[in-house]
Amino acid sequence: MNEKAKTALLYLDGVSVSFDGFRALNALSLVIEPGEMRAIIGPNGAGKTTMMDVITGKTKPDEGEIYFAGTVDLRKMDEASIASLGIGRKFQKPTVFESQTVYDNIELALAGKRTPFAVLWHRRTKEEEDRIEGILATIRLGEKRNWLAANLSHGQKQWLEIGMLLAQEPKLLLVDEPAAGMTDAETAETAILLKEIAKTKSVVVVEHDMTFVRDLDVKVTVLHEGSVLSEGTLDHVSADPRVVEVYLGR
Amino acid sequence: MIANFFLRGIDRSAILVIAILLAVAVLVPAANLYLPVTSPFHVPSYVVPLVGKYLTYGLLALSVGLIWGYCGILSLGHGAFFALGGYAMGMYLMRQIGTRGVYGHPILPDFMVFLNWQELPVAWWGFQYFPYAMLMVVLVPGLLAFVFGWFAFRSRVTGVYLSIITQAMTFALLLGFFRNNFGFGGNNGLTDFKEILGFNVQAPMTRGFLFAASAIALAFFYVICRSIINSRFGKVIIAVRDAESRTRFIGYRVENYKLAVWTLSACMAGVAGALYVPQVGIINPGEFDPANSIEIVVWVAVGGRGTLVGPIIGALVVNYMKTYFTTGALAPYWLFVLGSLFIGVTLFLPKGIVGTLGGLIGRERRVKTPAAEAPATNPQPQAAE
Ligand SMILES: Nc1ncnc2c1ncn2[C@@H]1O[C@H](COP(=O)(O)OP(=O)(O)OP(=O)(O)O)[C@@H](O)[C@H]1O
Ligand SMILES: [Mg+2]
Repeated sequence: MNEKAKTALLYLDGVSVSFDGFRALNALSLVIEPGEMRAIIGPNGAGKTTMMDVITGKTKPDEGEIYFAGTVDLRKMDEASIASLGIGRKFQKPTVFESQTVYDNIELALAGKRTPFAVLWHRRTKEEEDRIEGILATIRLGEKRNWLAANLSHGQKQWLEIGMLLAQEPKLLLVDEPAAGMTDAETAETAILLKEIAKTKSVVVVEHDMTFVRDLDVKVTVLHEGSVLSEGTLDHVSADPRVVEVYLGR
Repeated sequence: MIANFFLRGIDRSAILVIAILLAVAVLVPAANLYLPVTSPFHVPSYVVPLVGKYLTYGLLALSVGLIWGYCGILSLGHGAFFALGGYAMGMYLMRQIGTRGVYGHPILPDFMVFLNWQELPVAWWGFQYFPYAMLMVVLVPGLLAFVFGWFAFRSRVTGVYLSIITQAMTFALLLGFFRNNFGFGGNNGLTDFKEILGFNVQAPMTRGFLFAASAIALAFFYVICRSIINSRFGKVIIAVRDAESRTRFIGYRVENYKLAVWTLSACMAGVAGALYVPQVGIINPGEFDPANSIEIVVWVAVGGRGTLVGPIIGALVVNYMKTYFTTGALAPYWLFVLGSLFIGVTLFLPKGIVGTLGGLIGRERRVKTPAAEAPATNPQPQAAE
């Protein structure tokens, strides 16, 4: 582990993952500094979601190093302990608890003890209720608090999932395609919301929508065939001939 | 803390269920013991242990309904926990026989004398004491479930694979208990019981008490289940049922939650078995038959998966039908009836009796109070990503 790894919030070095011989991640290296917001773009199948799978413990890397907050080796941990460390994730396909209410979805995600017995005896406190109210207001689902999550629109589910992510109070948020299936107005609002969140937390956002990425106005990393192709401002990467080729060559 | 926990479990519908069960616990035995035979309300003596048996099945169904309906664990081997609880009670009852057995041996049950055994196997030690035996009623199924669940849930065995190994578990126990040298009465099992706590097991008064104990145990565990479901723990297990991997990503260690409900459920099944044995007067390896475990799942499906009263009602209804069909000319057709029932319910009442009725009542209520803004549809659990 080098110096850079020690100061970074998230440090990936030479990470590779293969599925039946197909290299989804190919010696991927990426460093996210504390407080940073980063946008990740790349064509379909570039390995963006797989990268999040590897960070959150869903997939184990074949090779490479992954450190969180300088010293914590994420390769040795399971999903639940990585989540408890403070890494939250929003999935590409919105996954909320469909048969439970919007309110309960947020309550489940609320930061706190996670062991069965602590949860069994737990009574919702006033502070927790205020937290939930605050989040419901932020994600504009206050009116629909008693709705079953299944009955929300696609965009609302995305927002609910972002709300769950906030409730977890993570240090690092991994947000996979938050604007998918949203109207232009919703997309713009989502960008505002994420920028607001990024004031206090580190955020990694994967997104195809270029208007959205431009709205975010942060450093961009382009992934292609499982490794970093280019990195810099959106204008910088858009001008990069290799990036142009990857996007136009398809 | 604990008081709060239970208070959460006793909501309006729970009070109704508890009230009915407690009323039944008192009224049925009383109507058998104290009303003259000529009274239209007299309950015949054969009915008391029969309905008492149904109540223990109700508790067994509740235990399966808890894990299947709320945590998505489909056990096809819960009959094993029921039978183990039953054997623990049976062993206590055997040791109460004493010198009244055919061979009159003061310590060894008849089947051991018959096998020419000289001393009591270690597994039987202590079973002459009622409290010890009762401890074993919950401990043995609980421990087996804990060990089984520890390995299965940690290795993330789920779905059909888990169901298959639960079935294998009960089948392995079936084979073991069939063998004479396993030490639990082999093929014949344990029977010819005489006394429980000094009372004749066949006496109407004892039967009345066993009946009441079954109804009270059912009410007790119903409240426990209800309290669990109404707690945040309940929300977590429902989340596990609907999107297991999502639950992990918000930090819940799913295997521990599954292990906790699974073990509790096995203990409940054990208690049900212990109450069943003195009322039917026998426990044999047949109780481990995989088909029995499948039947429990049918009760739950018929009554309504995803509710707590549903499984209880399912157990009562299906077993009443079973008694009705297997005592008449229709006896050979019972399995066809059971099979058709299962298919019929799956096709036409996927939410079971209670789920369907509940849906109808719920819809009516919503029509009356348009303020309730939640849409009516109940989503199907969806697979986690
Ligand atoms: N579990 C898996 N088994 C086999 N192949 C997989 C698995 N997960 C991902 N892949 C493959 O790895 C490659 C990268 O997938 P990934 O989902 O990370 O891409 P992505 O960049 O997120 O693409 P998209 O923009 O379409 O979401 C794809 O070719 C995909 O088919
Ligand atoms: Mg993806």
